[in-house]
Amino acid sequence: MLDNVWLIPLFPLIGFLINGFFGKKIKNEAVIGGIGTLAIFASFLVSCGILLQMIGLPPEQRVFEKVLFPWIHSGAFKADMAFLVDPLSCVMIMVVTGVGSLIHLYSIGYMHGEEGFYRFFAYLNLFCMSMLLLVLGNNMLVMFIGWEGVGLCSYLLIGYYFHKKSAGDAAKKAFVMNRVGDFGFLIGLFTLYWWLGSNHNIWTINFTEIKAASNLLPYGGVVTVATLCFFVGATGKSAQIPLFTWLPDAMEGPTPVSALIHAATMVTAGVYMIARMSFVFIKAPETMMIVACVGAATAIFAATIGTAQNDIKRVLAYSTVSQLGFMFLAMGVGAFTAGIFHLMTHAFFKACLFLGSGSVIHAMHYALHKGHLHDDAQDMRNMGGLKKAMPITFLTFFVSTIAIAGIPGFSGFFSKDEILWQAFANPFHGGLNIILWGIGAVAACFTAFYMFRLVFMTFFGECRINAKVKDHLHESPLVITIPLMVLGFLAVVGGYIGMPKLLGMLPNYFEHWLEPVFALANEYGAKYAHSGGHHNPALEWGLMGLSVVIALVGISIAFTMYVKNTELPGKFTATFPALHRAVYNKWYVDELYDYLFVNPCKAFGQFLWKGFDVIVIDGAVNGVAGVVMAFSGVFRYIQSGLIHNYAWSMAFGVVVMLGYYVFK
Amino acid sequence: MSNLLSLTTFLPVLGVLLLLFIPKDSKGTLRNVTFATTVVTFLVSLPIMFGFQTNAEFQFVENVPWIAAGPFKMRYFIGIDGISLWLVMLTTFIMPIAVLSTYTAVEEKVKEYMILLLLLETGMLGAFISLDMFLFYIFWEVMLIPMYFMIGIWGGKNRIYAAVKFFIYTMVGSLLMLVALMYLYFKGLEAGFTNFGLLQFFNLNLPLSTQTWLFLAFALAFAIKVPMFPLHTWLPDAHTEAPTAGSVILAAILLKMGTYGYVRFAIPLFPEAAHKFAPLIATLAVIGIIYAALVAMVQEDVKKLVAYSSVAHLGFVMLGVFAFNVEGITGGMLQMINHGISTGALFLIVGFIYERRHTRLITDFGGLSKQMPVFATIFMIVTFSSIGLPGTNGFVGEFLVLIGAFESQLRWWTVIASSGVILSAVYMLWVFQRVMFGELDNPKNQKLADLNAREISIMVPLIIMIFVMGIYPKPFIDTMEPAIKKLVSQVRTTRMSARSDSLPAIPAGHPGMPAAPASAPLPEGHAPSAVNPHHPQ
Amino acid sequence: MENLNGYLIISAILFSIGTVGVLVRKNAIVIFMCIEMMLNAVNLTFVALSRHLGNLDGQVFVFFIMTVAAAEAAVGLALMIAFYNNKESIDVDDMNLMKW
Repeated sequence: MLDNVWLIPLFPLIGFLINGFFGKKIKNEAVIGGIGTLAIFASFLVSCGILLQMIGLPPEQRVFEKVLFPWIHSGAFKADMAFLVDPLSCVMIMVVTGVGSLIHLYSIGYMHGEEGFYRFFAYLNLFCMSMLLLVLGNNMLVMFIGWEGVGLCSYLLIGYYFHKKSAGDAAKKAFVMNRVGDFGFLIGLFTLYWWLGSNHNIWTINFTEIKAASNLLPYGGVVTVATLCFFVGATGKSAQIPLFTWLPDAMEGPTPVSALIHAATMVTAGVYMIARMSFVFIKAPETMMIVACVGAATAIFAATIGTAQNDIKRVLAYSTVSQLGFMFLAMGVGAFTAGIFHLMTHAFFKACLFLGSGSVIHAMHYALHKGHLHDDAQDMRNMGGLKKAMPITFLTFFVSTIAIAGIPGFSGFFSKDEILWQAFANPFHGGLNIILWGIGAVAACFTAFYMFRLVFMTFFGECRINAKVKDHLHESPLVITIPLMVLGFLAVVGGYIGMPKLLGMLPNYFEHWLEPVFALANEYGAKYAHSGGHHNPALEWGLMGLSVVIALVGISIAFTMYVKNTELPGKFTATFPALHRAVYNKWYVDELYDYLFVNPCKAFGQFLWKGFDVIVIDGAVNGVAGVVMAFSGVFRYIQSGLIHNYAWSMAFGVVVMLGYYVFK
Repeated sequence: MSNLLSLTTFLPVLGVLLLLFIPKDSKGTLRNVTFATTVVTFLVSLPIMFGFQTNAEFQFVENVPWIAAGPFKMRYFIGIDGISLWLVMLTTFIMPIAVLSTYTAVEEKVKEYMILLLLLETGMLGAFISLDMFLFYIFWEVMLIPMYFMIGIWGGKNRIYAAVKFFIYTMVGSLLMLVALMYLYFKGLEAGFTNFGLLQFFNLNLPLSTQTWLFLAFALAFAIKVPMFPLHTWLPDAHTEAPTAGSVILAAILLKMGTYGYVRFAIPLFPEAAHKFAPLIATLAVIGIIYAALVAMVQEDVKKLVAYSSVAHLGFVMLGVFAFNVEGITGGMLQMINHGISTGALFLIVGFIYERRHTRLITDFGGLSKQMPVFATIFMIVTFSSIGLPGTNGFVGEFLVLIGAFESQLRWWTVIASSGVILSAVYMLWVFQRVMFGELDNPKNQKLADLNAREISIMVPLIIMIFVMGIYPKPFIDTMEPAIKKLVSQVRTTRMSARSDSLPAIPAGHPGMPAAPASAPLPEGHAPSAVNPHHPQ
Repeated sequence: MENLNGYLIISAILFSIGTVGVLVRKNAIVIFMCIEMMLNAVNLTFVALSRHLGNLDGQVFVFFIMTVAAAEAAVGLALMIAFYNNKESIDVDDMNLMKW
């Protein structure tokens, strides 16, 4: 089975080719959707087979590499099209193909009747292929193919409704911001490759080879530079400060896309990349600190914005940014397992939330369409009371909300609590730990607040949709609700494979599974970790309790504001208008970027073109020509055109020359 | 079979002879005969590719006496190695495509146009295969004339200005090159050479001061052709005014003459001077990358935008070549071919919409995706190839250039150049968005026809090459590598000997590394300041 | 030979007449005839000197010049006819198209 790992990205590729080339002719939605879904489902089956086989192997043998064909070999540089299967990539392929299959299935229902149905499935398959290349690549360059490939698909899918200007803008913004990150990734790659090569003659970009050589890397110094560059790449792909603004805009794409790409898989690529190179990152304490700080800052920053948005998908988008912040926090404090664990649980509940919101939008859209209304189908202010009309959607959505809010017993609790505990107790950041934990805890409170605000505004209370169309609201078809139910189920139970030791009911399977991957990183980390940490079970219990309390506080505030006393939000806005405006407008980050980068770049380009190219360079060129013209303008008067003038001057010349020789 | 190269080169001239007997008015026949000639040329060139042995030697060599005038002995000396092989193939590959694209674009003076196209092909092929410096010079000039007329006669509104600018710019450089070439020849005569054969001149150990001047003369000629910042302003004008086929050939092949000139002539002939000027040239290349990208971003004319993007791409080529290591030069060579394919394709795309709408202003378009889905798909693929997305050809070349340059002493240059990766995405995607996305609100655009069979068949080979070279570039890299390794060693040995008196020991890096210990890069002024010990002045 | 000077003087006079004619006349045909006169003056010199020096090269040159003069007459007259057809004049002052 392991030898067939290349089948995993191959199936979606075939799906893409079939739908891309013939989709337009096939026309039948069931066939197109079926091909797309089956392609990724086949990958899922292969992934399951690989997972089972890996489980059967002893932990130290769970690394397998498969070279498909040589790709770029030049000089000392070698990059093969090759795959790496280890426990980490196993987790990732399971998440990608599993969640991916469900979302493909969902899309058949959701995208029904869309003009570019085949195009959508083709892109979705292409995305899955790229994502699988990203997580399976055994060297940085194959990872980079996937890395850029998912960026491309994200571009294509955000721009799916290309006739809308906002969609085109958002797509471009996403790609360009990702490119800024890619720039960092490339420089990081170059630095690491060059340093290992020139100092130790190990010219490689292969993960296992770098891992083997990682003991040669110094602590800090060049590794800090390289890892910081990689981290820039991660911030681009995973929407962290400062490159996060593309993700909320990316909600212009169809909802399944938001669920698959902008919640469950692609945006976690940065986290995955850090985990994949944990043995390098851990050697740069400064980078670790920056990763942790950026993660924490993003978590709180995005969470605050999330509290004031009215578009259901935008709330979820900021929630995603915030949750990714948690994952980076985990990476930064050396809790790689916890980060990946949160990545997985987040994939379940956030995909469920997005798909649920899609289901809501679908229903809203249908109802509004029936009534010939042009209200915004995504605005929560038009929703409310959907609980009755859409029970399954509500239930799954509610379960996932509890999971993300961090209520014990649901998956999000286990993963998030582990991150917060590690932020507090990790041995790396000293006095900073308490701040990191504090920010994380506050962000968790905000999370609970805005998520429950969303649930209350959408599903509870009065139905605020135009009364005319109220009766048209109905539950979505099975093809949509089945994925919801599966994901909702996973959002509940997904956490039990990684229960903290403290609770002790089940062993922490997840940690054991990933142990061989992160063992080396932990070993390196231990070398400079200050001793002890805060391994006090009582403290851990206390913090766990505290985080539950925090979540409950967030929920109760939301309950007070949006269920019990619905005038409160209005009052609040009236009291602090400036604050609300700033939060509502996303702290004006977009405007700031426009002001700082976009506009100066354009102006500078204009100046270089009209000012430098045309005036300076061409001015010089045309100036030279002008000088020549001016001189010849004087000399041309000699050319009188009168034959006698020529004849006389010739005769005169002859006389002069003869005279010279005669009287010399 | 030994005359295969000559046959390929002069087949187009045979085509010209054939065209002379076809009456002016039978345009269809003229086009078909020209197309057939280029296709046959391509087919004839295929055995060259398949028969090429992967080694560093020159192959398919023909060497016969040609002109002997006093001390001047020119020979008809041609041959190819891994470096020129792919440029020859690129030329024969692009020409049928370029000819096919003129079927509806050119309606006036078809006969003359076709004759010029074929003469141009001969000129270009000849320049790539010449191993006699004088022969090279002749072909170099031969290329200039058809292009001049193509711009000047079939060009747009401002064609005379553009054509003259193109001609004079190029001429200034090539005359300096001619002077340098003559000087070099006399130096060769002193050293006992009897003809203009290029290869012997590689062993001519000139003192650094002489090398400097000669290098500058050659470099200027080639820099204009590349074109490098700040000698690039002829390019946007020439491209904007030239007819589509002219632009395609200009971008795809003629510009490669400049970079090829560096690789084949300027660097191996004057290695120490090349090292001395590497930082300068790299600086200009990097400025070119950023500058052209910024300027491209704000263009209003699609064709001008593509022209500026050419300047940026060729900046990458120059950066790679002047890294002086295998990765960098391989990347540069690949990037030359990639640029030929993807920028050629971009010009064809611009030509398609120009033929339909007779405008190239970006603001006149918008929302074309809806009306022209096939066109949209092709345009998108080419756009991403131009951006350098992994999986397309653009990435492989760009990546090798960057990694090669990063390993060399040009590390900081590389960091800046890499940011061009961001800018290229900005300008290409922005233009793509403005042309293809959005509402189809201009009534003139609402009736546009999608690409027809001929146009699709023009693009398909290019698209295939984009993916082939992106996914499996191994055959290309493998055939180039021996020749490039030889070039690198030529450059390095001279440089090492030049340094040996000033630096006691140089740890040997791996074959792709410059001689300098990379952990402590030497100040660049250090290297060439030492005089070549073989020629103590 | 005593009378060489005589030949040379006649030839110089002929040449001067021709030159002055070329310089002062405006009728193209007259100018043309003057040029012929100058050529023949040179021919005379050639022949005389050839005889004086006993070297036949000079006489060979005369044949060359005569041939050239004949060709020139043909081309020149043709040009003039073409010019007359265009301008209805053979006045050289009317030939000023090349003027700036």
